[in-house]
Amino acid sequence: MKSLLIYLKDYKKESVLGPLFKLLEASFELIVPLVVASMIDVGIANSDKGYVVKMCLIMAALGFIGLASSVTAQFFAAKAAVGFATKLRHALFAHIESLSFTNMDKEGTSTLITRMTSDINQVQSGVNLVLRLFLRSPFIVFGAMIMAFTVDVKAALIFVVVIPLLSVVVFGIMLASIPLFGRVQSNLDRVLGTTRENLTGVRVIRAFGKEDNEIEKFDRQTDALRKIQMMAARISALMNPFTYIIINGGLIALIYTGAVRMEMGILTQGQVVALVNYMSQILVELVKLANLIITVTKAFACGNRIASVFEIPGGMSRQDGASEIAGKEQGTVDFESVSMKYHEGGEEALTDITFHAGKGDTIGVIGGTGSGKTTLVHLIPRFYDVEKGCVRVDGVDVRNYDVTALRDKIGIVMQKAVLFKGTIRENLLWGNENATDEELWQALRISQAEEFVLQKEGGLDAPIEQEGRNLSGGQKQRLSIARALVKKPEILILDDSASALDYATDARLRKAIKEMPGETTVFIVSQRASSLMHADLIIVLDDGCVAGMGKHEQLLESCQVYQEIYYSQFEKQHGPEDDGNEAE
Amino acid sequence: MKQNEKKNKQKETLVKVIKYIKPYSLLLVLTMVMAVISVALTLYLPILTGDAVDMLNLIGTEGFWQGLFGILQKMAVVIVLTALTQWIMSICNNRIVYSVIQDIRKKAFRQLEQLPLKYLDAHSHGDIVSRVVADVDQFADGLLIGFTQLFTGVITILGTLGFMLSENIGITVVVVVITPVSLLVASFIARKTFSMFQLQSATRGEQTALINEMVGNQKVVQAFNREDETLEKFDEINERLEKCSLRAIFFSSLTNPCTRFVNSLVYMGVGLTGALSVIRGGLSVGQLTCFLSYANQYTKPFNEISGVITELQNALACASRIFELIEEEAQVPDKEDALVLTDAEGRVDIDDVAFSYVPDRKLIENLNLHVNPGQRIAIVGPTGCGKTTIINLLMRFYDVDQGSISVEGTDIRDITRKSLRTSYGMVLQDTWLKRGTIRDNITVGKPKATEEEIIAAAKASHAHSFIRRLPNGYDTMIGEDGGNLSQGQKQLLCITRVMLSLPPMLILDEATSSIDTRTEIKIQKAFAAMMEGRTSFIVAHRLSTIQNADVILVMKDGHIIEQGNHQELLEKKGFYAELYNSQFALA
Repeated sequence: MKSLLIYLKDYKKESVLGPLFKLLEASFELIVPLVVASMIDVGIANSDKGYVVKMCLIMAALGFIGLASSVTAQFFAAKAAVGFATKLRHALFAHIESLSFTNMDKEGTSTLITRMTSDINQVQSGVNLVLRLFLRSPFIVFGAMIMAFTVDVKAALIFVVVIPLLSVVVFGIMLASIPLFGRVQSNLDRVLGTTRENLTGVRVIRAFGKEDNEIEKFDRQTDALRKIQMMAARISALMNPFTYIIINGGLIALIYTGAVRMEMGILTQGQVVALVNYMSQILVELVKLANLIITVTKAFACGNRIASVFEIPGGMSRQDGASEIAGKEQGTVDFESVSMKYHEGGEEALTDITFHAGKGDTIGVIGGTGSGKTTLVHLIPRFYDVEKGCVRVDGVDVRNYDVTALRDKIGIVMQKAVLFKGTIRENLLWGNENATDEELWQALRISQAEEFVLQKEGGLDAPIEQEGRNLSGGQKQRLSIARALVKKPEILILDDSASALDYATDARLRKAIKEMPGETTVFIVSQRASSLMHADLIIVLDDGCVAGMGKHEQLLESCQVYQEIYYSQFEKQHGPEDDGNEAE
Repeated sequence: MKQNEKKNKQKETLVKVIKYIKPYSLLLVLTMVMAVISVALTLYLPILTGDAVDMLNLIGTEGFWQGLFGILQKMAVVIVLTALTQWIMSICNNRIVYSVIQDIRKKAFRQLEQLPLKYLDAHSHGDIVSRVVADVDQFADGLLIGFTQLFTGVITILGTLGFMLSENIGITVVVVVITPVSLLVASFIARKTFSMFQLQSATRGEQTALINEMVGNQKVVQAFNREDETLEKFDEINERLEKCSLRAIFFSSLTNPCTRFVNSLVYMGVGLTGALSVIRGGLSVGQLTCFLSYANQYTKPFNEISGVITELQNALACASRIFELIEEEAQVPDKEDALVLTDAEGRVDIDDVAFSYVPDRKLIENLNLHVNPGQRIAIVGPTGCGKTTIINLLMRFYDVDQGSISVEGTDIRDITRKSLRTSYGMVLQDTWLKRGTIRDNITVGKPKATEEEIIAAAKASHAHSFIRRLPNGYDTMIGEDGGNLSQGQKQLLCITRVMLSLPPMLILDEATSSIDTRTEIKIQKAFAAMMEGRTSFIVAHRLSTIQNADVILVMKDGHIIEQGNHQELLEKKGFYAELYNSQFALA
């Protein structure tokens, strides 16, 4: 939580002025009784109506000044708190964006979303309250104690006992409930997770008629949430009664001591009344405070959760002595005995991969489900780091690149086509902010998306809803290919990105990519042998290991895995039930 | 006019909130009783303190110490009782609030489960999530503060009013007349800020939607180096949020200082009229002091209440967003006499169906199809031609606009959704897995499956070998969206899921698009065995997988343009023949 306070630093002025004006207001509040006293002592005693009216006007003036300073205080506090939350949200979002794929896989999306939203909102209210009240309350508490000392040192010692006791109770309860509020939030994460899951998986859940089970699960989770909320609440509910008992216990002690001291002739009745009044002033202040402490405690718990996201190291570290030199050759990729693991201690996802891809080459990657094809291509833009060996792009180890510079060279189309809310144009411009319309249309032509974009109302400006909900799977895939093409990358990676396309479209797509101007190094990951049989180099993966490497003809002769894949597709297509000749 | 609307909306929301609180009326009564007791005791304590102070006058007289101890003892009892009632009260309040929001969340979730897909497909998931989670939370905060402070506040006001009336009616009238001004001020501010809070809520929803989209697809963002641009977009909303939050928070926080100002005027009024009547001799100084302190006691709760009203404003704004979701029209409920489909044989008739997602853009028209039990129907056609839409209609994710679809001769609108849907086994291209273990995911359709059945299904779908290699085998946890599993592995699990439950009809929408062909051939065999005697609908791009279908529907632009078996269609040399041949174009 402490580490988050730097986001307040641009609001130093506000964070100081807010409480200051609040103190000012409190001071005016403390003056009012003095004015009343003199109204009674002077005005009434002398039956001076003019004086009484004058004092009343002073009171009104004090009230007005109090109003003014209080409004100012509220403004500064609100400004600082909201500004703080805005800065924090910005920083957190930027940080989450920099998290590596490994850390994203580990953390999961839901919890990051609660932290960005609900947690930050709680912290914002906390900061706002602290600025408004946390200075004011101690000011009045200690002010009252000091005033008590001016009346009678011995009686004032009761204050010296009461106040630390109060602090122990207040802070003790706070400390005890902070972890509980942390657990409340993580239970909330789970509720959020289930809600999200039920939205994304609605078709499957309904297809299996599992609505009731999901409801049951949700009920269990909200039940757990309520229980932990109640537990946290039971502890904080102790605050009010305990402080009440302590202070009023102090009051009883005060009256008793007062009586003893009066009997000794040290104190007058008026002085005892004054002491009693100071004690009640503390009580009033604490009652206000106790209600706020819950908010502040929650804010603390939430703040810690946010801080823990900041503690996840962001980005990819560069190796020592990293060079900024972008390799001179354009578009070569080398793997040197690369091995890769997703988890510490887990099985190797890739083992000992070595190959060279030259400029303008087409590299095919083929293999069974889960054989490591995607892992292999994800190492090129350094989405993950290798365990052993190294990956070079343009002759330079990818760990020596500035990640942005490296990824600028590469256009990747992922398995799952993802588009973002906006227009088609906005989505395509992700590839290159400065692309002209001509360039966009060219990319759409190559990705076989031109036709349907032309049909859309608005063409390039046709709206795309969140996650591309208003497009079919095939349309999304073709647009995401176009997006990568707009980038005009040195290296283009197509990770099984034509799976939703029919064969005819797929074939036209491959042909168009082949005919693209310039020499782009292309990686094609596919299940279909036909998609990559003309590649310059085909890498056949089996269980993370290279089962064969070479050209189509070589592999067909020597690589058993490749043979199986190839014949599984072509045997079927040229199967006995049709003579298979009409195809060629 | 607009203000009235807002006011009405607020009132409506409030009425709904009260409905949710109703089941807890017993606790509510208890908390109110406790509030009355604790306020009475808190008001009584100053009287006892006063008595004790007055006793000090008698210092030195006989029985002084005894009398003082008597009062002090009474005070001790009052203090402990007050603490106890306060504690019970806050436990009750917490219980009411947390139970109410749990009820609301439950209701909202049940609503999610029965909202038509039309709604869910068209609304941002992030925004819906924000309503169920963040808005309900804010609502709880407001409600809790409302409970803890509203009752005690009201009762304190009534209590002090009683005490004051017993002292002097004239001055009491002054107090009573001026004080409501602060309530007026408070409600004025509250009215003005309600829309600000609503704007804040809406902006938050927008931001959550963006976060949901961007954080959920972080990998694409990083692959395109779009972190900065995304952040820019985020900042744009963030700045707007900053502005409207600042407005909402600042203006609502004006309530307190303003009412306090009104109160100081009340105090002054009491002082003025009081002092003047003392001078006239109608009042003693002691009574004036007493009045001043009661005036203070009386106005303080007004302060608190107005603070509470702001909180409640915010809470109501949030609540109205949740209720909006809860009140969204749910899907047409199953008819009461709806048929529970059991052991369907698999006769499906589609008669004259027309359907479109958007009213003015026709998609499917005049669709007719009659499927006999056990037939295998393949649907092919270019992307976007409406294949998936047919599945949406068969599963009744969407209702047809015209015509009808019947299973076993009964219109599917007369069959319970659950029994209709569980009669189909569905594998979609969009693989979806839930958080939980591999086993949990496989047994979705048949929770009581034995270990042998699970393994048999997994072997049939060729998922067994990769599952076995996972760290904990069938008990390996998979995270959101399937975590580290590849698309193909996820699809294998989805197939296993259906293999295990074996419903009488099947829908395979690109079921093997992410699976390598070697494995696919093996799965095809399992599929073939599974489809034996089951009506199946198959959508596929790989035409090789559907050659054995009994009927192949070739679709284009929402119409069936060709219909027949593989051989017939090839001989026709139409669109299908063209599609079929194209897949070998580069081969």
